[in-house]
Amino acid sequence: MSDLVPISITVNGRRYELEVEPRLLLVHLLREKLLLTGTHVGCDTSQCGACTVLLDGRSAKSCTVFAVQADGSEVVTIEGLERDGQLHPVQEGFWEEHGLQCGYCTPGMIVSVVDLLNENPNPTEAEIRAGISGNFCRCTGYQHIVKAAQYAAARMRGVSS
Amino acid sequence: MTTMERPVLPKLIGARVKRREDPRLIRGRATYVDDIKLPGMLHLAFKRSDVAHGRIKRIDTSAAEAMPGVVAVFTGKDLMALPGATRPVGARGTYAAKIGAGLPPMPIGTPFPSPDHYAIAPEVVRYVGEPVAVVAAEDRYVARDAVDAIVVEYEELPAVVDPELAMQGQPTVIHEGFPNNLALPYVPMGTGVDPATGQVDNSAIDRAFAEAEVVISQRMVNHRVAPNAMEPRGVVAHWDAGKEFLTIWSATQNPHILKSMVAAVLGLGEHQVRAIAPEVGGGFGCKINIYGEEYVAAALSRILERPVKWIEDRSEAFMATIHGRDLICYLDIAARRDGRILGVKMKLIADIGAYNMLLTAAIPTLTMLMASGTYDIPAIRCELTEVFTNKTPTDAYRGAGRPEATYFLERGMDMLARELGLDPAEVRRRNFIPKEKFPYTTQTGAVYDSGDYEKALDRVLQLAKWDELIAERDRLRAEGRLVGVGLAFYVEVCGLGPSSSLPTGGWEHASVTVERDGRIRATTGASPHGQGNETTFAQMLADLFGVPIEHITIEHGDTGVVRQGIGTFGSRSQAVGGTALMMAGEKVRKKMAKFAAALMDANEEDLVFENGMIYVKGSPSTGKSFAEVARYAYVPVPLPPGLEPGLSEEAFFEPPNNTYPFGAHICMLEIDRETGEPRLLKFFAVDDCGNVINPLIVEGQVHGGLAQGIGQAMFEEVVYGPDGQLLTGSFMDYALPRATDFPWFELDRTVTPTPVNPLGAKGVGEAGTLGSTPAVVNAAVDALSEFGVKHIDMPLRPEKLWRIIHGRGQA
Ligand code: FES
Ligand code: FES
Repeated sequence: MSDLVPISITVNGRRYELEVEPRLLLVHLLREKLLLTGTHVGCDTSQCGACTVLLDGRSAKSCTVFAVQADGSEVVTIEGLERDGQLHPVQEGFWEEHGLQCGYCTPGMIVSVVDLLNENPNPTEAEIRAGISGNFCRCTGYQHIVKAAQYAAARMRGVSS
Repeated sequence: MTTMERPVLPKLIGARVKRREDPRLIRGRATYVDDIKLPGMLHLAFKRSDVAHGRIKRIDTSAAEAMPGVVAVFTGKDLMALPGATRPVGARGTYAAKIGAGLPPMPIGTPFPSPDHYAIAPEVVRYVGEPVAVVAAEDRYVARDAVDAIVVEYEELPAVVDPELAMQGQPTVIHEGFPNNLALPYVPMGTGVDPATGQVDNSAIDRAFAEAEVVISQRMVNHRVAPNAMEPRGVVAHWDAGKEFLTIWSATQNPHILKSMVAAVLGLGEHQVRAIAPEVGGGFGCKINIYGEEYVAAALSRILERPVKWIEDRSEAFMATIHGRDLICYLDIAARRDGRILGVKMKLIADIGAYNMLLTAAIPTLTMLMASGTYDIPAIRCELTEVFTNKTPTDAYRGAGRPEATYFLERGMDMLARELGLDPAEVRRRNFIPKEKFPYTTQTGAVYDSGDYEKALDRVLQLAKWDELIAERDRLRAEGRLVGVGLAFYVEVCGLGPSSSLPTGGWEHASVTVERDGRIRATTGASPHGQGNETTFAQMLADLFGVPIEHITIEHGDTGVVRQGIGTFGSRSQAVGGTALMMAGEKVRKKMAKFAAALMDANEEDLVFENGMIYVKGSPSTGKSFAEVARYAYVPVPLPPGLEPGLSEEAFFEPPNNTYPFGAHICMLEIDRETGEPRLLKFFAVDDCGNVINPLIVEGQVHGGLAQGIGQAMFEEVVYGPDGQLLTGSFMDYALPRATDFPWFELDRTVTPTPVNPLGAKGVGEAGTLGSTPAVVNAAVDALSEFGVKHIDMPLRPEKLWRIIHGRGQA
């Protein structure tokens, strides 16, 4: 095993000082060391988006980032989206609109939609589809995910749906 | 008791109830196999063959074994525990001492002769990705490093890739005892075939073709695809050496079958194994199989006396998880000029890959079974040959045999319509099985339970505004655009069993317990992995008992909790599992009514369960609360005569027949003249799955099925090189559809209940994959009609379409 490297990383608002192998992927740091297993792994070529987290506020595929690269960064995972026990509007949208079936793609998908809506609070259907095109879902055919994003967008803009 | 203020509970069957499984999933709190961590757990990684066909000359595991953190390395021979192959492992003993004779070949679920298939290949590898060794290590990364350190030398053998050459024994024979690579050499089905004797009488089918005014003939390929559940496979095995008890967690669709098969292979009793399907991230058929990795994990946990985990990565999944489809069809349709079909012949060649898996051999027989589609066809002859090649084995993938039948037949119907210059809807209408003819027995022996095909056709034509759609197509064409419209009809066979059709048995099991506090715990042998049965089943029980849905828990996926079961496949959960659940629920309700009657001095037949109360019909104010009656049943003082205490019952449901849902899909597709790139513009689907418990969930199932059916038609394809190398081994080369690939799906339903179960529900899990694939290809052929194209083999790759447009021949 190679030498360990010290890093400091904030995850879901909590700061961690850790020593990690240089080759450790961020997704494995989250899952194996911090036991935040809500972030999933669905591929080994950076295509599926199951591992998507917010890295310093923007969505990133955590299977494509070494933990050491995230040194000094702030990470938000699916576990960190709730506020005061309240679901994030995007989580709520997925529930309301049946935006998930097996749930495996869901954490990454939700984080991608959060990122999309942060950038573009009122996206068109085409913009939503483009915004989640880095995330695969094999179950839903995406339509209810689009609806979930629309629901969340309306909620976040303060429009009652 | 105060009873007046109770809220009125809405009836939930048929309502769009939000899913009860969602909160844990959207909060990142669900537990999939890879989320399980046990103390002392080792990680497994498999060394896999990188040649398609070869004899193992030498495996050198010494470098791997010497790596720090590596606990053990096993080859196929080690696991077979051939005499002399025993050796000390770890600190706790030897393999042979622990498992006697070693791992036998893996069992399959079909009755046909089959070559031996070991979990880890001992001598000959027969597809790229076949395991040749396994490493157990303290850490996941170390296990992978160790795999890379294993050196394997092969004597390469010719790769058998083309099934039609394979059938002639070319370039070689893969399995001893299976000449010409025939896994199943010629199975006939249909008119003139005696299923008992296999005797074949050709007179009726020959007459149909002799009398034909028009004959359509086409070779078509329903190509190989990869299921790609987003969660790859995975297993955790824990052998408790003290109790001699194995617990195995697996991303499986059927833990009960896993339990039986693991017990059999490891030489354990079924009472020594508990199988658990935790949260499972999709299956689509590929997690029905019991795979070598599961047996190996169980065996290694037993040998090493430590928990072990194996998680597949996506590249492995492409090679080592079953593929779907891969069927060639030589189709002939005999018809009259008015479009009426006289006879259909399907000569089918299934490329099943290197081995038989659980149901491999049976899947293409479903294609034969469904060869009549929705049509009243007087003479049908199917012939099936199954062929071994040096590829990953095939097995059930969403639809499993039925999408293939639908594709071939519905392409044929379109070709017939085009040949006769008839409207594609009209040709279908003229051949439909009329609704008075149900139950209808097809020439291939399927007994269709119920159907109203004209109604579904009318509904989809209305939904798509067919005439306007055609007018729009023509308008766009006049602008020079390549636009086509496609229609396809389908009928499915769902609700598998009955037991005569499945080696595991075709029933389903359920239990319902009303607890002392009036809350309800139910178990089902169905093993949902995204289908939402925790919600639909709770809806049913909420209505049955008149209690809030929040008071009900549906447990599943654990053989330690669910006493018996078969599992989730063949769109059977609702029709078979749901019926078993209602049977168990009704037993409990009946018993509870007896307790309530005793408590209230009433007649049990007069009692109503509603709004959390049990009362005499017409006088809700005099009733007892549900919880109070429950309490009485557990502290029965006095015990009513003839009753045992408690409220817990179970039921097995054996379906008398399958169900046959149906529907019609229409789409509009455009092909870019410059690039050949196809784009779906519109999609309409009318599906009839009988009675519906939760329309929201049914829509989700249809959407997902459509995406997979369209995915096959347009994008997805497993490709092998001439040397048997897998060319589509990752998401970089295998085009899984993305959100941007689909238009908005417009859905509608007709409702034709089935008489086969008391719910009237038929099943919907696979339906979307049936109609969509031929609808899309029909639209593409329509779009390219100006080039005189009759047929295009899927998928609709731009290059293929470009060649047609630019007169460069078919690729
Ligand atoms: S795991 Fe697939 S993109 Fe990260
Ligand atoms: S919900 Fe199963 S992959 Fe998206």
